Amino acid sequence: MELLLDSLFNGVAIGSVLLVAALGLAIVFGLMGVINLAHGELMMLGAYTTYVTQLIFKLPILKPFYNSYIIVSIFLAFIVSGVVGILLEKTIIRKLYGSPLETLLATWGVSLILQQFVRSVPLAYGTGLVISLLIGLFLPTTFPSKIKESINFKYFKFSSWIFAALTGVLTGSLISSSVSKLSRASARNVDVTAPSWMRGQVEIIGTAFPKTRLMIIVITLISVIAITLFLNQSAWGMRIRAVTQNRQMSDCLGISTEKVDIITFGIGSGLAGVAGVAVSLLGSVGPNVGGNYIVGCFMVVVLGGVGNLLGTVLASFGIGIMTDLIGAGRLLSIWPDMPLPLSNTINFFATTSMARVMIFALIVIFLQFKPTGLFPQKGRMVEN
Amino acid sequence: MSLSKIKFDKKIVLSFWIILIALIIAAPTLLPVFRLNLLGRYLSLSIVALGVDLIWGYTGLLSLGQGIFFALGGYCAAMYLQITSSSEFPNNIPEFFALYGVEKLPFFWEPFRSPVFTFLAIWIIPALVAGLIGFLVFRNRIKGVYFSILTQASLLVFFNFFNGQQKLINGTNGLKTDVTQLFGQMVGSESMQRIFFWITAILVIAAWFFAKWVVKGRFGNILIGIRDDEPRVRFTGYNPVIFKTIIFSIAGGLAGISGALYTVQSGIVSPQFMTVPFSIEMVIWVAVGGRGTLLGAILGAVFINYAKSLVSEALPASWMFIQGGLFILVVTALPEGVLGWIQGDGPRNLLQRFGLKRKIETYPSLEVNNKEGNNE
Repeated sequence: MELLLDSLFNGVAIGSVLLVAALGLAIVFGLMGVINLAHGELMMLGAYTTYVTQLIFKLPILKPFYNSYIIVSIFLAFIVSGVVGILLEKTIIRKLYGSPLETLLATWGVSLILQQFVRSVPLAYGTGLVISLLIGLFLPTTFPSKIKESINFKYFKFSSWIFAALTGVLTGSLISSSVSKLSRASARNVDVTAPSWMRGQVEIIGTAFPKTRLMIIVITLISVIAITLFLNQSAWGMRIRAVTQNRQMSDCLGISTEKVDIITFGIGSGLAGVAGVAVSLLGSVGPNVGGNYIVGCFMVVVLGGVGNLLGTVLASFGIGIMTDLIGAGRLLSIWPDMPLPLSNTINFFATTSMARVMIFALIVIFLQFKPTGLFPQKGRMVEN
Repeated sequence: MSLSKIKFDKKIVLSFWIILIALIIAAPTLLPVFRLNLLGRYLSLSIVALGVDLIWGYTGLLSLGQGIFFALGGYCAAMYLQITSSSEFPNNIPEFFALYGVEKLPFFWEPFRSPVFTFLAIWIIPALVAGLIGFLVFRNRIKGVYFSILTQASLLVFFNFFNGQQKLINGTNGLKTDVTQLFGQMVGSESMQRIFFWITAILVIAAWFFAKWVVKGRFGNILIGIRDDEPRVRFTGYNPVIFKTIIFSIAGGLAGISGALYTVQSGIVSPQFMTVPFSIEMVIWVAVGGRGTLLGAILGAVFINYAKSLVSEALPASWMFIQGGLFILVVTALPEGVLGWIQGDGPRNLLQRFGLKRKIETYPSLEVNNKEGNNE
């Protein structure tokens, strides 16, 4: 019983990391049909945001609130990755709708650039750049409609970009002068240390669980609930679903598909940032941290079926539990006296990398029977 | 994609070939050993690029897993070399086996004692594996991005498997071929490398003619048909699964040959050949050179890799930026690649834009139709 609980918890812990990472991808890929290979790098940005937030909260002014930095960083990571995602959508992806293979290649290029960016640009100035992007993209939208409709709007837009750039440079140099760790570029991995209330373990029904794992599960739970509520209850969520189901018809009915695309992509990317916070709690953060998750995320989305969050949830927990069962050789301890060839096979696969081999093989076999995943979309639009 | 191609005079073609052959023969004396070795490696990479062009440029299947077949070919060649030059090691098996306490050659390596078998295995085994993977995927009508993701997942499966198996294939460390013997000569030696360069050059040309022969005629037409409108091909009575499987396994075989040649020239084969970035890079060679133009794949592979090594020597940090920029640029601004742009209307349009050439009058509707012809 205890063994089963242990296995279940481990599986859920692995699965929840996968789920929070795949959630944004499921939205972007599932709802928009965009293959975003830079998703892992957006996660990486989220993880670095956590690191930067942590260092800034060590400054004397913010020291009393240090324990809450992880909560703040979740929101900041959402914003940072979301802004980068929106920029990506506005500049590149928008041109490539309807040609997924090209999107795939272009986003791979973006991921290379982002990786090299965090290697060769000091994090302080990176932060400044993100801040100026944020201001430049959002300041014009807050102008009163009188200005927005005037002919001179482009000058207002331009001046807000100048303001944004100045603010960015200013914050960048401010951070770089006050936090010495952020003022130099480095390709080395950095570590995020959890605040004291998140260290240690909790005992639930006789088994000890690490608190960071529980935190990840909580983050995942909140993200899933929030995104479900957003998609099903809010007006924009309804518009997003409408565009997903029939883009042309929604366009005809007056929904601004352009705005829907931006919002969907921004939210998907922002969720990648949240996943980055979760990932930063698990191990050290480096430029390549996203690459470890991206293929797993795609497998979750493919297995779960496109455009269905329930499928994503089930698939990630399924993969998580299977990984734990195979990777730790748990079947052997549940059934100790199984025949020798079988136990040899199980031992053969009882390492992390071999468990991955087995999982991927199982997924490929599963797709032989259900090529469109657990919950396939139905209807005439499916063929395209 | 425009089909108009520049027709050359026979004399020009002949002199082009003579110059090319002369260059290949002279290259070992003209270039320093280091550069020659690099050129040889990049030429061998152009064979795998030809395969990518066949499946992506002609058939529309974007495989992100060509590294599997590349590495399989490399492993076949490397293992043969290791086995033939293992006579002084205990048990007559390659040295690394002793590290993991293996005393007998694993059974599946046994046939690799024979050179004939190895030369066949280098391309047949990758082709068979590719055919199997392809058939399983195509049978379910999995296509487009799903195919890409699945090939990438299979790449990871193979990577993890090869990485984890020390006892069978020396795991992460890979197999070295530098210090092995072939026909009584050290594989890493200068004279051997020169011979490998010539073999590579000949095989690149052979592979090019082979690929040209594949895409010629009805078979090639069906491939292009599958790329442009697969359901229509199916409705006219052809079974796309068979054609896709065949072309995918041809590409796999080419990748295997390429991997073997690359291995003997770089001196090692390791699971690093199966990493995700390397396989995606193969696609960008073809994309830059021009997909659907076989020559573009060869040129793209050679030039991009040469640029990579030159840039990395001068400015190590900037190559990632350049490469990332290339991906974005090629996709957004130059979807036909450089050669496709030259063969198409690219230069004429450019001249027109600067007013150096008169615009050709066409019916406006023609241009509109062409724009809509892109598969949305």
